[in-house]
Parts: sequence; C-alpha cells; structure tokens
Amino acid sequence: MMKTIQNPAVGELPPVGAGIDRKNSSFNQLLLSLKSIPVLVALVVLVTVVVLAAFAPVLGTVDPIAINPGGRFSPISEAYWLGSDAYGRDLYSRLLYGARISLIVGLGAAAASIAAGLVIGVVAGYLKVLDAIIMRVMDGVMAIPSILLAIALVSLTGASLVTVLVAITVPEIPRVVRLVRSIILNVRSEAYVEAAVSLGTPTLRILTRHMVPNTIAPLIVQGTFIFASAILTEATLSFLGAGLPTEIPSWGNMMADGRMYFQLYPGLVLYPGIVLALTLLSVNILGDVLRDVLDPKMAKRT
Amino acid sequence: MFPYVIKRVLATIPVMTMVAVVVFAMLRLTPGDPAAILAGDDASGAQLEQIRRTMGLDQPILTQLFVWLKQLLQGDLGVSLISGTPVVSMIGSRVAPTISLALATIVLTIIVAVPMGVVAARRPGKLLDRTVMTFSVMGFSIPTFVIGYLLIYLLSLKLGWFPVQGYSPIEKGIGPFLHRLVLPTIALSGIYVALVARITRSSVIDVMGEDYIRTARAKGARESTVLLRHALRNAAVPIVTVIGIGVASLITGVVVTESVFNLPGLGRLVVEAVLARDYPVIQGLILLFSFTYVLINLTVDILYTVFDPRIRY
Repeated sequence: MMKTIQNPAVGELPPVGAGIDRKNSSFNQLLLSLKSIPVLVALVVLVTVVVLAAFAPVLGTVDPIAINPGGRFSPISEAYWLGSDAYGRDLYSRLLYGARISLIVGLGAAAASIAAGLVIGVVAGYLKVLDAIIMRVMDGVMAIPSILLAIALVSLTGASLVTVLVAITVPEIPRVVRLVRSIILNVRSEAYVEAAVSLGTPTLRILTRHMVPNTIAPLIVQGTFIFASAILTEATLSFLGAGLPTEIPSWGNMMADGRMYFQLYPGLVLYPGIVLALTLLSVNILGDVLRDVLDPKMAKRT
Repeated sequence: MFPYVIKRVLATIPVMTMVAVVVFAMLRLTPGDPAAILAGDDASGAQLEQIRRTMGLDQPILTQLFVWLKQLLQGDLGVSLISGTPVVSMIGSRVAPTISLALATIVLTIIVAVPMGVVAARRPGKLLDRTVMTFSVMGFSIPTFVIGYLLIYLLSLKLGWFPVQGYSPIEKGIGPFLHRLVLPTIALSGIYVALVARITRSSVIDVMGEDYIRTARAKGARESTVLLRHALRNAAVPIVTVIGIGVASLITGVVVTESVFNLPGLGRLVVEAVLARDYPVIQGLILLFSFTYVLINLTVDILYTVFDPRIRY
C-alpha cells in the first residue's frame, strides 16, 4: 500500500554470517555503545525493573491486592513506602508486581508475534500461490489502528491475561510477516540457496538452514520494539478499562484506579506512569543500540 | 500522472474491503455464539433471539458477509445495541472535538517538528542534534496519557494556567475553545513530533550529500537558503509520507487523550462503547478510523506527484 523510501546511497546489507570478523566488530560496537551515558542509564533502569519484578516477593512487599479500609490514601510512611490507594492497597507492592505483569506481557507478545509472523512470513515468501492472499489480509489488518483492533478483540473475548496477550499480539503480526517475507524474497535468489536447490536439498532444510537464519538479527531488533509496544498497549488498554481484569495489579490498572482521585492524590497516577515511561524509554534506547549493531541498513533508513 | 492516480485510487479498494472483512470476521471467528458474546452472560433466550435477528446472525455466513458489505456501501453502520440509535448519527454528534484535536495536533506538529529536524540535521552528532534526538526518543517512549497527566499536574493543578479537563464547543466562543484545546494538543503531539522530527532530520541529512547541495554552496548561496530551498524541499516526500503514516498513532492517541481530558469525541465514544459492550458501535468506529487512515495515505501518495514532478510511476 505504501511505498518504502529507498535511499540509493545506502548500500547492500553486508552478507550475514560473513565470519568471525563481523561478529567480533558487532561485539566491540556493543561494548563501545556502553560508554554512552544514556545507554548505560537505560541498561541500569531495565536491569533494575527486571530484578524488582523477579524478586518482588522478598523486597519488602505485602500482598498487592490486600484491601485495607483503615489505610486508604496513606501518605508515604514506614508501612506504605509509596503510600496507598483508594482501597488501602500498598502502592510500592503494586508497582513491583505490576512490573511482573508488564514484563510477562512484553515478552509473551514479542515471542508470540515473532513465532506467528515468522511462519506466515516464510510461507508467504516461499509459496507464490499464497503470497498474494496472505499479504492482502496483512494489509487489511495493518490498516486498522492497532489499539482499536486490540480493544475490539478484548471486548469480544472478555478480559483475561491470555485474551489481552492475544489482542496485543495480533496487530503486531503483519509487521513481522512483512519483514520476514522481504528477507526470504531477497535470499531466494542468492547463489547459496540456488546451489542448495540444485544439490537436491529438501525444501524444509533449505528454509530452516539457509533462509530462516537470515531473519534472526532483524527479528531480534524487531522483538525489542514489539516488547516496548506491547507493554505500552497493555498499559493503554488497562488504563482505558479495556484491558486486564481490574484485580490484576498492572501499571495501567493502577493508573485507571487512580484517575478519579488524581486532583487530590496525583501520585496514584504519576508513580506508575513515570515507572512505565522510564521502562519504555530504556527499552527503546537499548533497541536503537541493538539495531545500529545488528541491522545497519535499517538503522540508516530511520 | 492520471493513470497513476487512478491506479492508486483503485488500489485502496482491496485494502478497504479486507478491513471490512477482517472486522466482519472478528465477531464471527471468536469462539462461542456471537449473539451470546454480544448480549453478555446474563441474557435471556428472547434477548439472544432478538440480537440474532437485528444483527442478521441467523443467516448463512456468506449471506451475512454480503449484506454487511452492501450496508457499508450504503453508509449504514448498523444500530447501537444499547440505545438503538444508528451508529452513523452517534458518530456525527461526536466528531467535532476529535477533528479539532487532530487538526490542532497536525498543525502544532508541523510547526515544531520540521524546524527541529532541520536544525538537528545541520550538524549531525553535535549538541543540538543530540538534544533533538533525545527529545525524539522521549516523545516515542512517554505514553500520551502520562504526558497528559503530567501536563495537568504541572500546568493546571500547580500553576492554574489551564482548566483541568473538559471541552467547550467552538460555537460558544473561540477563546474557551482554544484554551481547553491547548493541553490535549500538546499531549497528543508528543509522539507525532518525535516521529516527524526524526524523519525530517534523517531525510535532510540524506539530501545534504547530493550534488545540487554542493552546487548551491559553490554558487555562494547562504546556508539558510541551502537548507530551506534546496535541502528541505527535496526532503519533503519522506516527511509528508511519515505525516500520513503517523495518523495511525494519532488515532490511538486521540482515544487516549480524549479519555484523559474528558473530551466528548469519537475516542471517548470508543471507550464508552467498550465499557457498555456495544459491539456495533465499536465496529463502526474501527471502520471509520481505518478508512480515514487509508484515505489520508491515499491523499498523501497523490500529493507526491504534485510536490515532486520527478516521481513517475
């Protein structure tokens, strides 16, 4: 539907798997990028979020959904490290358990959309018969703004962790399909693929050994961006009341709960909002670094 | 040029048809009885029967599809399950705040983002460039609703410069209308500015390496003339493209922003419909937003040929 902007000045992608040299230089590049302060800060923030999420139960938290009518809207105190909400639930504990939800949703959606997109993309790229049909369906799905598609899917299936995951994954699939398909189409005419075909290598083996490995680096890059966008979509859906069931302590749900009391207790909305923003910022900064290292062609284009 | 325009217009037909089919298929492919999904858990048998009839769910699936497409062509989006009002008239009564917000955002974005990108492209890698790029990454990463609440907190609650929430129709005076539009527009612009500034920067940098830039400099043209007349003009195509593509994130942002600032627009309508489980309304709004998106990108593609006579298809 839309034209991609081709820049003639950008050369060809260096041959993937060109040997140890390239690997070595990417690794050095990765080390070099750690000297930049924003990248270092982003790494620290992300590691902190992961550690807090992983060790949430032993980091001084209480039950994140325990209601305490006597401790509503508590300010920051010894008992409530970040205060409490309208039901007397501990904000600090909810933030930590919310990090778990965000990471699960992000990883789950990235893994699922890449798995589905890889299979569909390989089929579309290799089987000309199905290509046109698959790509028209993908165009249709892509033309629907992803948040609306997700909202519709959640409202049809009812809110649960699994349905929200599916609703976030589906709109991400077409972009993965396009990426995989374009790579498969590109390598189809490579000499090593033609050599394998003329040697009588079985199709499945050509696909898995010679073609799919070319998609790994771009998919890792794409995966980090899907990870960030899935976390954002979950928070947005939950914030709008069209996401996870309200009893699950996710950052979006916390903001949705706090909205009514924002003018009196802005922290209820601002704490989870700021944590969410910092997490997304870190993932995006690290994703940019990964892209520059793993996928130089794409890096130049954006 | 005309054969291209006609070809491009025709190319939107399969996309729009696919959108309609996807939206149609979603309800029917969801596991379970569609009527029961629409009616909710505690619906009686009679209610189910009534929904089946009004939505045509008792027909064979292909008949349903053709009826659905035919109604769409006639501009009929069905009726609300809750109020019985036609979806089209519900949309009509809510469209003004959304259009105001979207237009204000596009204008603000162009005014802010294009100069940002050009300034950054002047000396890539220098302080100004890095500052612009940092802003851009932040604009991408900070969710619209977080920006919105931060703005309300700082500018409304702390400083009292703006009303906290709400909308005032333009008929009631342009002053209050604009005053209430400022914060939502800034919040919604965040991600859009980030996107457009980034593309402006990279396409101006690309163009700066061209021969005609060197020629212009050799002629002794001033740097501002080189940047604006020679570089920016030639970089316009990708910038305009991304303004079109960015409409997708604009639509997402509209839904969120209208909720944060309590604007009675189409975005609020989506959320209200979800909370009320009013599926025909959700469906109608998805179609409306998707078609708008497709049509805006069609317009952008056609505009290229006007902007850039070199483009031939």
